[in-house]
Parts: sequence; C-alpha cells; structure tokens
Amino acid sequence: MSKPNPDDRRYTKEHEWALDNGDGTVTMGVTDYAQHLLTDIVYVELPDVGKKVKQMEPVTVIESVKSVSDIFSPVSGEVVGVNDILQDKPELINEDAFGEGWIVRLAMSDPAELDLLMDAAAYTALTEADKSAAH
Amino acid sequence: MDLIFEKSRTGRTASDIPSVDVPSIPLEGLIDEELLRKDVDLPEVSELDLVRHFTELSRRNFGVDLGFYPLGSCTMKYNPKINEEAARLPGFTELHPYAPASFTQGNLELMYELRLMLCELFGMADFTLQPAAGAQGELTGIMICKKYFEKKGEKRTRILIPDAAHGTNPASGALCGFETVTIPSNGEGGVDIAALREAMTEAVAGLMLTNPNTLGFFEKNIGEVARIVHDRGGLLYCDGANANAFLGRTRPGDIGFDLIQLNLHKTFSTPHGCGGPGSGPVGVREDLARFLPVPRVIRDQDRYRFSEDYPDTIGRVKAFYGNFNVMVKAYTYLKLLGGEGLKRTSDMAVLNANYIKARLSPYYDLAYDRMCMHECVFSGSRQVRSHEVHTLDIAKRLLDYGFHPPTIYFPMIVPEAIMIEPTETESKETLDAFCEAMIAIAREAEENPAQVRGAPCTTPVRRLDEVLAARKPNVSWPGEK
Amino acid sequence: MDYTPHTPDDIATMLQTIGVASLDELFSDIPEAYRLKNLPDLPAPLSEQEGWRHMVHLAAQNTLPAMTLMGAGAYHHYIPAVVGHIVGRSEFYTAYTPYQAEISQGILQAIYEYQTMIARLTGMPVANASMYDGASAMAEGAVLAGKTLNRDRILIARSVHPEYRRVVATYCAANGYTLLEIPYSATGRLDTAALAQAIDGQAAAVCIQSPNFFGIIEDLRDIEPVAHATGAFLISGFTEATSLGLLKPAGELGADIVCGEGQGFGNPMNYGGPFLGIFAATEKLLRKIPGRLSGMTVDLDGKRGFVLTLQAREQHIRREKATSNICTNEALCALAASVHLVSLGKNLRKLAELNVHKARYLKGKLSALADWDLPFTAPVYNEFVLSCPDPEKVNAAWQEAGIVGGYTLEKDYPERKNDLLLCATEMLGRADIDRAVAIAAEVR
Repeated sequence: MSKPNPDDRRYTKEHEWALDNGDGTVTMGVTDYAQHLLTDIVYVELPDVGKKVKQMEPVTVIESVKSVSDIFSPVSGEVVGVNDILQDKPELINEDAFGEGWIVRLAMSDPAELDLLMDAAAYTALTEADKSAAH
Repeated sequence: MDLIFEKSRTGRTASDIPSVDVPSIPLEGLIDEELLRKDVDLPEVSELDLVRHFTELSRRNFGVDLGFYPLGSCTMKYNPKINEEAARLPGFTELHPYAPASFTQGNLELMYELRLMLCELFGMADFTLQPAAGAQGELTGIMICKKYFEKKGEKRTRILIPDAAHGTNPASGALCGFETVTIPSNGEGGVDIAALREAMTEAVAGLMLTNPNTLGFFEKNIGEVARIVHDRGGLLYCDGANANAFLGRTRPGDIGFDLIQLNLHKTFSTPHGCGGPGSGPVGVREDLARFLPVPRVIRDQDRYRFSEDYPDTIGRVKAFYGNFNVMVKAYTYLKLLGGEGLKRTSDMAVLNANYIKARLSPYYDLAYDRMCMHECVFSGSRQVRSHEVHTLDIAKRLLDYGFHPPTIYFPMIVPEAIMIEPTETESKETLDAFCEAMIAIAREAEENPAQVRGAPCTTPVRRLDEVLAARKPNVSWPGEK
Repeated sequence: MDYTPHTPDDIATMLQTIGVASLDELFSDIPEAYRLKNLPDLPAPLSEQEGWRHMVHLAAQNTLPAMTLMGAGAYHHYIPAVVGHIVGRSEFYTAYTPYQAEISQGILQAIYEYQTMIARLTGMPVANASMYDGASAMAEGAVLAGKTLNRDRILIARSVHPEYRRVVATYCAANGYTLLEIPYSATGRLDTAALAQAIDGQAAAVCIQSPNFFGIIEDLRDIEPVAHATGAFLISGFTEATSLGLLKPAGELGADIVCGEGQGFGNPMNYGGPFLGIFAATEKLLRKIPGRLSGMTVDLDGKRGFVLTLQAREQHIRREKATSNICTNEALCALAASVHLVSLGKNLRKLAELNVHKARYLKGKLSALADWDLPFTAPVYNEFVLSCPDPEKVNAAWQEAGIVGGYTLEKDYPERKNDLLLCATEMLGRADIDRAVAIAAEVR
C-alpha cells in the first residue's frame, strides 16, 4: 500500500528520511509508511530557522486529529530551512511524503552521522517486519 | 440550523434596561473616548427568538434524562432533582463570597459538614473543597506532594503513572515540573509490581494511581503497591475518578493512600452540564493537611468562619472557595443517601457493570477476563479483524439505537477499546435493551458491515469532518461575507 | 432516599447471569484486610421531604442581604428569567462533554456561538469554551506564555485582584517561574515606569487587569509598548464582565491574551462559584491555548455541523506535553453567559453605562461626606476606592442594616489603611444608594 522507499536517501527507525543535498545540508521528512500510520495530518509545528538539534532529538511535531507525534532529526545540525507551505497544506505529507511533503532542511554538523542510518533496503525490511507483527 | 447571528435583525431586542434614576452626565466627560468601544456586536433577537433558538439547540443534545449514557469513566448517573432545587435556593445563590461570616453561617456549615462527610467516607484526615474540577484537584494534590518534599528538604523530580491513566495525570504532574515515568500494566490489567519496584527510587515523589483503574479493576496488590511506594519515602496518590465503585466497601485512607482527589460531578451526582462545572475536592492524611489550599472553614464554638492561618499552605488554586453551588448538590445527595444508600450505590453500580460484562462477553472480546468493578472494558478487535468494523463505527451505530455510546479508544492500552460504565441508577430492563442493541450491532457487523460503517443515519447530522475542522479551524463566526 | 431501581428479583437474576452467589463476591478483588466491616458513619439518610426541609433550613442560616455594595471579583447583576429556563433544560445540564458530536450539536453550536461573542467582546480572534474562573484563566495564560516563549519570569500588576495574584503565584511556583509584582502609581493605574524598569528578556508575560482591582480603567496604550518591547506577552484580565460592553476591547489595544471572569454574564454570585473563566487569544496561539474549542465543519452530506476541535492540544492526547491539564470546564456557566448576552444584545452597552452612572452617584454622595476622600484620580467603571476615617466601622454599620459593605483594602495593601473598595451595579436603586449613604453618614 505504501509507496516504495527511494534509494537516494537514508532512514531512521522512527520513520524519518534524510536526503543528502551534497552541499553539507540534508532535507528531511517522514516516510510514506509513517504518514499512513499518522493518518490525516492536520498540523505541522515547524521549527524556527536556526534551531540546533542533535541526532534523534525531536525537531518538530506533527498532529493528526487524534494524535501528536514527535519527529526526530536524522542528523545533528542546525535548521536552515522549513517547508512553509505545510502551514497551510499539511496534507502534502499525506500526499507526497518523499517529495512536496518535506519538512526541514538541516545543515549537518557531522555528515558521518548519515552512515549510522539505514538504507532503503534495510528500512523496507523494518517496515515489513512491523506490518507482519501488526497482523 | 441557523446560528443566532444569522437570526439577528437590527433593532430587535430581548431585554430592557431600567432607566437611569440617578443624576448622570455623558460618558465622554468621564472616560477618554479612546478607551471606549465603538459598537457592541451581539445578536439582536426577540425573547421568543432566543427561547426557540436555545430550545431547538437543547433538542439536538443528549442528556441522562433522555436515555442511557454508559460513558465509561464519567459516571453518568441520574441527577436527583431535589439537588437542583436545593442549589437554587436564594440563600445559596445570592451571597457575595466576601459577605461577612455573620451572613453566611449556612454556607460555611454546609462546607464544613461536607468536608467531614468526605473524610469519613474516604478515611482521610482532611479535605479541601477549593479545586474546581477533578483535574484541578489532581494539580492541587501534586502541588501538595511537591511542597511536602520541599519542606523535608528532599529533591524528588519524578512521578510514576500507570499506562492506563487518564491524560490529566501526566499533564498535572508535568505542570508541577515533575518528570513523568510510565509504569506498564501487568497481564491482568494491574500495576506491574516488578516495574514499580524498579522505578520507585528516592528520586520519585510518588505514584498516581487510579483505583479502581481505567480498566475497571481494583488493584489487587494494593497493599504491596503501597508498601513499595512508602518504603522509598514516596507518597501514594489516588485518582478518585472511579470512587463510585467502592463507597461503603473500602476506604482509600485505610488502604494507605496519602492523598485523593474526587470528582463530585461523578460520584456524588452533581450534573456535568455539558462539560462543567465540576468540583474536585482533595483529601489528605494527617501530616499533609497543613499544605492544603487556603482559606479553610473552621468552627469556633458554634460559629463558622474562614481561616487563612496556615503558613505552609500551597496557596490558592482558585479565587474564593471552590464551586460552592456544586457542593450544595453533593451535600444534598449525601444527606439523602447516608452510609447505607452510598453502599447500595456502589453495590448496584458494580452489579450492573458485571452484568453487562457477562451478557456481552460472547459477542465482544474482553480486554481482560476477570471480575470488574463499576465499569467493564471490551475491545472491538474481533469486529475489526473479521469485518473491518471499528469501535468508532459501533459507537456511531449505537446512536441509531438511541443510546449514548460508551467511552471509546480509552484506555489507550486496549486496542479499539469500548469502556462501559452503566452506573447504579439504571434498571435491568435498560441494561438488557442496551445489550440487545450491542448484540444486534455485532450481528450487523457480520451481515451488513457497510450499514455499521455508515452510521449514524438518524441523528441531526451525520459523521462530521474532523480533519477539516482541525486543518482549517473555524472557531468563531466571521459574519456575513 | 434510594435512586437505584433494582428489585430483589433483579439482583438475584443478575448475580446468576454473572455467575456469583452474592454481592460481596463482586468485591473480592479488594483485599480482605481493607474491606469495611461497618457502614460509613454518616448522618442517617433522609427522605426527600426531610432533605428539602433540611436544605431550606440551612439556606435560612444565611442572611439575604438588603443590598450588596461589594464587587471585588463577584458582581450582583440582574439575571433575566430566560437564563434559568434555558440552563435548567436537562438536555443541557445532564449531558457530559460533547464527545459524540452527532448527538451533541446543541451544546457544540451553543459553545461556538459563545466563543464568537467572547471573541467579539474581547477583540480577539479566538476564545475557548471556558476555564474554571478568572483567576485560573490568568494563571493558565501566564503558564502558556512561559511555555511558548521558554521564559521563566512573570510580571503582574499589584492592582490585579489579590486572589488572582495568589493563584498565579501558585501556578508559577509549580512551574518554577519567578513572579514579580509591579506597583501602581498615584493615579491608581499601573506604574509604567516601574514596569519598564522591571521588564527584561526573561519576562514571559505582563499580567494586568482592567478595570483593575481599584475599579480603575487602565490605559493599555501606555502599557502595551513596554510589555512588547522585550517580546513578553501582554495578558489583560478583568473581573467584571459587563465592563466589556463599555470599554475598548483589550484585543484592539494589543493584548496577546485576554482572560477574565465571566460571572457577571448570567451567573449568580453563588458564594464564589461556579464562575466562568474567559480565555481569548491571538490567532498565533490558537493551537496552544488551553481548554476546549468547538469548531465548525461539515458532515458527510456537506451539512454544517460542529465538533470539539484541535484536541491534539489537550491532555487526553498530549498527556505530559500538554500546556494545560484542564478537562472539565464551566460549560453550563458559559451557556448561561451566552443566553444572557443574546438577551442583552446591543443593550449590553446600555447596561454598562447604567453601572457607570450608579457608581458615580454612590461615589459622589459618599465622597461628599466629611473626611471621606477619593485617593485615586483615574476614571473607573462600577467600582471605586474611597478613604474614610474608619472603614471597619462603616462596614459594621452597613452589616447591621443587612448590607454587604465594601472591601477593606488594608489586608492586601497595608499602605491603604483607610480605604474601602465599593461597587454599585444596576441592582441598586437611587433609594438604596441614599440609604447606604445615610447609614455611612451616621458613623462617628
């Protein structure tokens, strides 16, 4: 049911993705699998530009009608951009989690951290295991 | 139906104001015009318009007087009319909170006596009646815990809360600056003793335990729970939201609870009024009484008065003395029932819950199969698995059968939870009719799941778009465009 | 009295269905050691008739005042007959919080209308479905400011109601915030120079009240720039709701949160509760404000309807991360306020003006007595401070005549030894006022 996880990026076990932009920054969002679990997203609490985070610390919060979820930063660094369109159209995450629904751009303080994350194959295996556990 | 604003017509009015019978001058001479408002933008309707509007609204609302309301954890019992009549006596409604004590002996006596009755019923040394609702009672209780350790010179930063707890518990703990630590439930829906023992260190202020818990179970190991908490110098806090289960059967104070908050609007039948007002008294053991909020009612010989003379108090959580008018209703209720009536209340509440549990267990999965207290918790998992019918659908279908649905999706540790609290005032016939409806819905889920998923179809509106409401909030009428 | 319907046959049949032999068995999870052997020692139960008699007797232990000259946070106003009739409808008073929207459209729409009227009266874009009372509303406002701005100092005017200040202090202590009181000036208004001096980058909020505890209308035009200079929130409170009918809304004067006591709208004084906490805020704070919100939406057929919305803010979802733990509020009191406001309509302004005139008459008459003075000069609404030789003696004389007198300021403001805070609402006729003045004039 979920869209395939693109090979060009890395994944966390908390269902975030990070795409290396090649200029010392990454773009991050949540996976398509995650948006399914979250159901209809009604609000994204975007962080301020300049906010500093450590790897796997909460960087933002996503709300659905009946839940609130912390979204963790896949890498340490500083927020250098946010997807302002989400203010008005949080549903972009539901519609296009890997593209238009990106959430934050971060300047990495330690690019090596990316290697600690999963590749698409490993992440896909994780979600498959999750799904079968649920049944 | 139209909003009252849409019914407004310029020049209509439902009120008149007495004419000015004292010498007056134009306001502009008294108050800087820049500080005066230009217009009062309120609806203009006749008195009949007003009455029809709100009467029509009332017909789109479901209360206990209309039918069965088994909303778990909310104790929606019948509200005796005598309570309402008593609370409307002008002697109770017309007094200013700062009226001299010589004018208010009746009010003060009522508060004093209510406090004593609660102490006796719950086995506590003292009670404050100040908190306005259960959640504010929790907050008050946790503030007392915090102050207790401050005075002892101990730095305790954590508070333990079982995973089945109401959301108010962790929120109250966090509002007092405590880090909240979740204690998992064990296999039979009680506190996991090993987990409690491990978490209960000297950095922990105490355990907030709802007893009976939100699964409707009395904590069987309560003696051991109390021992573990007390051995490490912690306080055992009872969330008394479910006190309707044990009146006259046991007393939290005897069990070892150090504090308890009550919800008068649940246990003592003061109506909930669509969401309030409530009242959340907090009871404490002897040595915690000095921390209770001020002012407190005391008796000097035969006269009652307020005293502020408690230097260790946590202060005030509310202006004045609490929701006095709610206290009048609870007091009346207690006077009419007495010890015997209260015991029968809990006995019948528990009987009703176990009866529903027994009747429905062939059709719905029980979260835990054991004797319950005042409420029972099912899971709609079977219906999801076999027919893709969710608990929400079952709840909505109950509306078509004329019942208020149970609490759903709570406690969160039970998937697809259906939490049923029948209360003691419902007859066997009502319970049977409700069970028949639930059984019929279970059958519909098999035979015609689409009908259940499409429910309700008999209500003034069908299912509402909550996603739209949250994405594009419209919480105040912008007026005609 | 017994409200349970169970016959002995019912009980027997039900026990059989459950599969237990006795009621006692249902309680077997309670450890033996903790089971009560005897009934609680409460007064013997009364029949309804006896209970009614008892309650009438108890109410009669109170003295119904001939008139009330006290305001100070609770106000004696006329409540139109329609209010009691509407809030007395059991469809409203015997319902729980509207969790099931389809059968709760009545209260949800009523709350939406209430929110709209409060938003209009406060000049703010959003208002919630109510808080416990004005004091806790202000305290929750201060906590919201602290959490939103991540700052830990709250500044509060000394001219805010003393009990509100204590409640704010209690909530601040729990959160580890420091609370600093800002003095009033000789006019009775907030001392803005002192505020400017005290405020810094750690200040989360400046809490004021207008009309303030002395009845004086604050000038938010002077306060707002000082509060906002360091990015703090301006929290503007009120204790007398009917003043909203007269005064320029704090929202139009730059407040970030407007909170206060709504009792003056349709709710009796009830010896101090239940009251009605009003809470309104800027659009920016919409997803952070405490309490419930009714929102307009559509149903499956596209028909207009209402739901409790933005629940992700609240404790039952956000748990320990929620900015407030409030659950039960004062919905029925909000309904009473709504009915009263609809009943008043544009006449709210007229009612407010009448209050000003009555208070001015009482103030003028009393201040003309020998040795009675007006210590403050700034304009007032329906409350004012007077200095007199012996406030306690005057109050005692009024009390003797069945009158609830004024609030002696000394207990909260030691420097104001001879000051009485008085209030006149539309409930006082000219003859009442003349009588109260005559009694005061006799005090030597």
